[in-house]
Amino acid sequence: MKKFFAQAYLWFLLAMLYAPILIIAIFSFTEAKVLGNWTGFSTKLYTSLFSGGVHHSLLSAIENTLIIAIVAAALSTILGSIAAVGIHNLYGRKKAVINTLNNIPMLNPDIITGISLFLLFVSLGITQGYATVILAHITFCTPYVVLCVMPRLQQMNPNIYEAALDLGATPWQALRKVIIPEIKPGMISGFILAFTLSIDDFAVTIFTIGTEGLETLSTYIYADARKGGLTPELRPLSTIIFVTVLILLIVINVRSQRAAKRKEATR
Amino acid sequence: MKDSNFIIELSHISKSFGDKQVLDDVSLFVKKGEFVTILGPSGCGKTTLLRILAGFGTADEGEIRIDGKDITSVPPHERPVNTVFQRYALFPHLNVYDNIAFGLKLKKVKDDEIELRVRKALKMVGMTDYEWRDVNSLSGGQQQRVAIARAIVNRPQVLLLDEPLAALDLKMRKDMQMELKDMHKTLGITFVYVTHDQEEALTLSDTIVVMSEGKVQQIGTPTDIYNEPANSFVADFIGESNILNGTMVEDRVVSFMGREWECVDEGFGENAPVDVVIRPEDIYIMAKTDSGMLEGTVQSCIFKGVHYEMTVTTPDGYEIMIQDYNAFEVGQQVSMIIKPSDIHVMHKERTCNTFEATMIDSTHVEFLSTQFVCNEQAGITGGEKVEVEVNFDRIELMDNKEDGMLVGDVRFILYKGDHYHLTVRTFDGDNIYVDTHDVWDDRDIVGVKIMPDDIRIKRV
Repeated sequence: MKKFFAQAYLWFLLAMLYAPILIIAIFSFTEAKVLGNWTGFSTKLYTSLFSGGVHHSLLSAIENTLIIAIVAAALSTILGSIAAVGIHNLYGRKKAVINTLNNIPMLNPDIITGISLFLLFVSLGITQGYATVILAHITFCTPYVVLCVMPRLQQMNPNIYEAALDLGATPWQALRKVIIPEIKPGMISGFILAFTLSIDDFAVTIFTIGTEGLETLSTYIYADARKGGLTPELRPLSTIIFVTVLILLIVINVRSQRAAKRKEATR
Repeated sequence: MKDSNFIIELSHISKSFGDKQVLDDVSLFVKKGEFVTILGPSGCGKTTLLRILAGFGTADEGEIRIDGKDITSVPPHERPVNTVFQRYALFPHLNVYDNIAFGLKLKKVKDDEIELRVRKALKMVGMTDYEWRDVNSLSGGQQQRVAIARAIVNRPQVLLLDEPLAALDLKMRKDMQMELKDMHKTLGITFVYVTHDQEEALTLSDTIVVMSEGKVQQIGTPTDIYNEPANSFVADFIGESNILNGTMVEDRVVSFMGREWECVDEGFGENAPVDVVIRPEDIYIMAKTDSGMLEGTVQSCIFKGVHYEMTVTTPDGYEIMIQDYNAFEVGQQVSMIIKPSDIHVMHKERTCNTFEATMIDSTHVEFLSTQFVCNEQAGITGGEKVEVEVNFDRIELMDNKEDGMLVGDVRFILYKGDHYHLTVRTFDGDNIYVDTHDVWDDRDIVGVKIMPDDIRIKRV
């Protein structure tokens, strides 16, 4: 009996968590303008999402979001990995201080990050647009990359960098041929994490996107919702994003599980 | 004059980490093709010295030459040396072949030559047919073999080995020792080997460098080091030994354990205080007879495989260790004989503690960063620099560190037959030498107390 309630409670929680997404996914296969009206199965919303025309601004918002996410994730992966290597080679107090400084932006509310970056760009007289959004996203993504790469460095045999130098590698060659292959799994997880963080960010984006008419997905949906009623095409779009993220998550989990298994096997 | 045979010339190397001096004016010359072992307890600076030689660390002072060329500020990747690390340090993302070929590929050696040399190196370390194995799937011993192959495949002028066998089990270690020795012979490369294992050093080396506290204590062949230790530290560290306080009465006569002995040492001067070292296997033990040189009672007798190890106390209260093939029962009266050539006499490094000090006023003196009360000093004014001497046995150690005037920890314990000679290190890094009958353990934190009567003040 006790077990039954425990199970029921779990399923109830899961249902509450996933019901909104499921409902959107289900209603993405009908044509009704208002969510909740079922007018029969149809994939028209999917075709109209991709055929463009009326929803040109939505498509360009998707494009902007993807470009910003890829550029920001790539740059923060490079920056974060370099930072992680640097922090790893510090000692004692210095290391603790820098680690804390790295953690603060992650705990800092997004709205504060957004406002402070907005004020920074304004005071420096930088016109807000693509560049400022990317810079802002790099700012909050980099600490997460550091956090992903750090454990790889800690697991690494500290002598292997020296072993590479000893065998005739220049410091640059040692980094490229020994350190990067070792931390690559951490860099990949860092990139994926940064990518998803960038895609769904709203608070920081809205403050740094400027007034030149640049829209990302999150700002588009926000503006759309305020105009009254969501564009029906957002339903298939949300479904696609959800499925993509789900696949990415599964890939990450399978990868880390495989790595753990391989480690187990070598022991 | 410099001998052109020297492949490695380390001159006056000093190195500090913060306030801690790890290498203090170390000089070392290594001949081409020699197997040199740097031996010492952990923290003696041996690994730091090797890292400076490899280029992973820089010396604060001194010069390093390899094959006559000054390489003091040459980065590690341009030095003609290769290193075998204690924890193997193989590249986990590469297989055995690519690990070994790593150095050759960087030097742009042709592919077919790389293949030839990698196979040859693998054969040398007894790992033929392991080329395509994942390094993570190898055992510790196999990984170390690959690490050795990865180093020697580059044909370095000098091979540096940093405790390469420390992580292996005893049986594997013995096998690898023999293989390393064979490899050294076939390759003709100079080996510089770092270890804390004195047996390993004695087995492998042409020359042993004994280090302690950042200083070279003795350089010599294994037989020299074992038979003629330069000081009590070397005697205690290499093998088992009885170390006793003695006095050199005159040439060839030394007094210790309450009687005079004939010995072979000369030139110490008359009535000079010395350390006497006798190896436990050099003392002949027999049932009590009148022809013995010394008598005693057996206190313990332990079977050690090849021999028995016995402790015998003399009527004067000295405790000596003896190794012999024959066992004597506990409590039995025995006689002992020591040959003159087995008595090793060494200069004492010091006969009392000497500290630099400053007078505060006529009854207070400051040394070891602490103020001590001393007897009234006539004619010495406050602020004057003086020298303070305190005898080893006049320093009192306390369990409770609050009871002492200053605090330190026990660093080195030497049993001298009837008392212990301890080195106590203060938190400022100064050494205090103490003779005591109490038993202390390594790294015990102790309070140190010195009474006014025991402080001798000398003007400088």
